[in-house]
Amino acid sequence: MDDSVHATEHTHVNYVRIWAILVVLLGVSVAGPMIGIKLVTLITAFGIALVKAYLVAKNFMHINVEKRFVPYIVLTVLVFMLLFFAGAAPDVMKKQGTQWEKPSWISAPAHSPAAAHEGAHP
Amino acid sequence: MSARPIATTRSAAGLPTGRLAVWWVVVSEIVIFGGLLGSYIMYRLAHDAFAEQAAHTNMWIGAFNTLVLLTSSLSAVLAHKAAVSGDGPRAAKLLWATIGGAFTFLIVKSFEWTNEIQHGFTITSSTFWSFYYCAAGLHALHVLAGAIIMMFVASEAAKNLELHRVELIGIYWHFVDVVWIFLFPLLYIAK
Repeated sequence: MDDSVHATEHTHVNYVRIWAILVVLLGVSVAGPMIGIKLVTLITAFGIALVKAYLVAKNFMHINVEKRFVPYIVLTVLVFMLLFFAGAAPDVMKKQGTQWEKPSWISAPAHSPAAAHEGAHP
Repeated sequence: MSARPIATTRSAAGLPTGRLAVWWVVVSEIVIFGGLLGSYIMYRLAHDAFAEQAAHTNMWIGAFNTLVLLTSSLSAVLAHKAAVSGDGPRAAKLLWATIGGAFTFLIVKSFEWTNEIQHGFTITSSTFWSFYYCAAGLHALHVLAGAIIMMFVASEAAKNLELHRVELIGIYWHFVDVVWIFLFPLLYIAK
């Protein structure tokens, strides 16, 4: 897409309306935990965070009218992050696995400042 | 011969090189913040102590700062719109409004941190607070860097010079906003 088209596409977006939607979504994410249901909190907090990020990327960063390779590179990096998570999470989140066991000094979480000073960081 | 820097006049891969460079920065930053947030999520899911510690953060302060950043993103994109229409002075004014949002965010953050430190929650208190100060601190540094760069861009834009830079700093600023959109639920809501 050439730059003149890129610029024209920007002018059709009602930015104040997008901002208003983002503010309403912020209100929902703040109100979610008040209901007291964990699943609702997760959806209103992280589900709405994804929607807000999409709205900002699409309407403010104009990633949808950018050259096609730009969103692809962004998605590729996000996939790398998921791979990092999948690779590292078992070491962090599990206490033992096939032919390995986490030493107790690593698996003990630090609950208090005193525990932290004693070198008991998870 | 033009005296303008080559980065403002040249295109690569179909994009002006300035915009290509900003996207490259954004992609690199995704890896930095993504690694940090991914590590935080692993620890948060594995240790209930994180939820106990997160209960001490103030959701209303976090929500207010989210509103500030969302509003500053609006002024940044309106500055871009003004720059596209060739109205440099208006773009500059809107960028200064964005800078105002950046410093509001930082001032609120400094009061918030002062309060937390006074209550004994320091970067060495526990792994949660180490993540909290590292993630929010790294983000605050990005806010500060963006505000400083925006000052230079706004002073040029006011003279109708280098208006394409308004879009470039805007892309960076919206990314900083997106990072906070994820930091907010992680640090302030998931308790």
